[in-house]
Amino acid sequence: MKSRLFSGLLMLMLAVPAAGEVIHQERSLYRDITVEQNGPRRCLIFNVHRGDRNQTCIDLNEPERLVFSYTRMSFAGLLLNSEPESILVAGLGGGSIPMTFSDLFPDARIDVIEIDPAVVSVAKDFFLFEETANMRVYVNDARVFIKRAGLEGRKYDYIVLDAFTGDYIPEHLLTREFLEEVKQILNPDGVLVANTFSTSRLYDHESVTYQRVWNEFYNFKLPASGNRIIITRIGALPPRGDLTGAARRLAERVEKYGIPLLEYPARMSTRVDWDMSRRILTDQYSPGNLLRD
Amino acid sequence: MAKAANNSPLARPIVATVAFVSGFCIMTVEMLGARIMAPYFGGSVSVWGSIITVFMLALALGYLFGGRLSMRNPNALVFASFYVSAALFSLPIILFADAIMRPIFLAVEDARYGSLLASVVMFSVPTTLLGMISPYSVRLLVEREEHSGQMAGLLFFVSTIGSAAGTLGTSFYFVLWFEVNRILWGAVTALLIAAAIILVAGYMRGSLGLRVRGHEI
Repeated sequence: MKSRLFSGLLMLMLAVPAAGEVIHQERSLYRDITVEQNGPRRCLIFNVHRGDRNQTCIDLNEPERLVFSYTRMSFAGLLLNSEPESILVAGLGGGSIPMTFSDLFPDARIDVIEIDPAVVSVAKDFFLFEETANMRVYVNDARVFIKRAGLEGRKYDYIVLDAFTGDYIPEHLLTREFLEEVKQILNPDGVLVANTFSTSRLYDHESVTYQRVWNEFYNFKLPASGNRIIITRIGALPPRGDLTGAARRLAERVEKYGIPLLEYPARMSTRVDWDMSRRILTDQYSPGNLLRD
Repeated sequence: MAKAANNSPLARPIVATVAFVSGFCIMTVEMLGARIMAPYFGGSVSVWGSIITVFMLALALGYLFGGRLSMRNPNALVFASFYVSAALFSLPIILFADAIMRPIFLAVEDARYGSLLASVVMFSVPTTLLGMISPYSVRLLVEREEHSGQMAGLLFFVSTIGSAAGTLGTSFYFVLWFEVNRILWGAVTALLIAAAIILVAGYMRGSLGLRVRGHEI
């Protein structure tokens, strides 16, 4: 009994990360936001009390380098479309994904959607995020923004869905109807990259839902990362040889961000590794937050 | 038909049961409101704000109207009609939600006002009707002035317990087991069953408020 208590305490202590200095803290309508500085590394953390989740980190000495593997993985879509002219990023976080896009493609139009105005000001004040003539942030719900974009006939070459990393899962962004709306605003040669859940029952439900709407997709996982990235497009996926070729062409351009593009094609799989009998998520049935454990 | 020994139009357990059902259904619909509106207006805090505001206003109006109606010959037939009409006016939420929300989404750019308007259109009428039940049911049970506070307390108690159960059941379990529309059909059915219980019990007590060939039924 005593030893269990002791080992429990030890686990607890080990689970607490090396504490940095908290340089900003606020409670927004949607979450608790903490900015922590640890040496040159500055991190944005949501809901710090409920198990640390680093949302975005930047290294102030090399701000263009992407610290997290899932952030780097979001650029694997370049293997399917390497010259996007219009980009949509749903979920700002610290802004590393849109800023990298802006740096890579200064002439592309980049729209960023973020529901929480507090996140926008924190990204600007602490994470060097800046809007430019071509890059704008819209404080809005992604579903509302995308539905309206569809009605207005706006389309994008590269769409990143990165709204799922917080503590609460926006259930209306997991459904078949939502993915159909996303499909409507994707150009015929465009690519969709979605950062999704790799653990829990939700993995199966999400996979069958994506499969229903997109037929097939690359399941992109790296051993070091707990994330699963879904990459897909309208119509058939390209043969793997095309991916490797694109990786070779692009690797040098993305090197300064720390994106190991050459390693990616081998990790992108179309193999079904989920339970196909799971129910698909719809606007009528989407209990994402109840399916997470 | 002779009246039962007890003077009130319905027995206390009957009124308490149907008050529980109405409290349950109000919160079931309210909890699903956010889910119904999210595809058009998103999941932001303001959508919840719209829903709760409309429910509060509709209930307030319902209390007022229900209290007013209870002044004139309180009887089981009128009481049952609140349940039937609330059930009927809930049907558009099931059958026409998209047809209602799409034009509002197109016409109103700001999701806050869009969700407020959509809430008014979909939820205000059935919720007002359900709100009318509370004061009316108090009147049905009160026979003597001294008991009025006690009866009001009892009915607030059961209908609020019903609301708590409806909230928990819907958000913890029903959304995990069923589609949104199926849960709404469940609420409609529950309201209709409550109406049937009231009518049968009222008929047996001769308190339907009707006169047939000189007899009260």
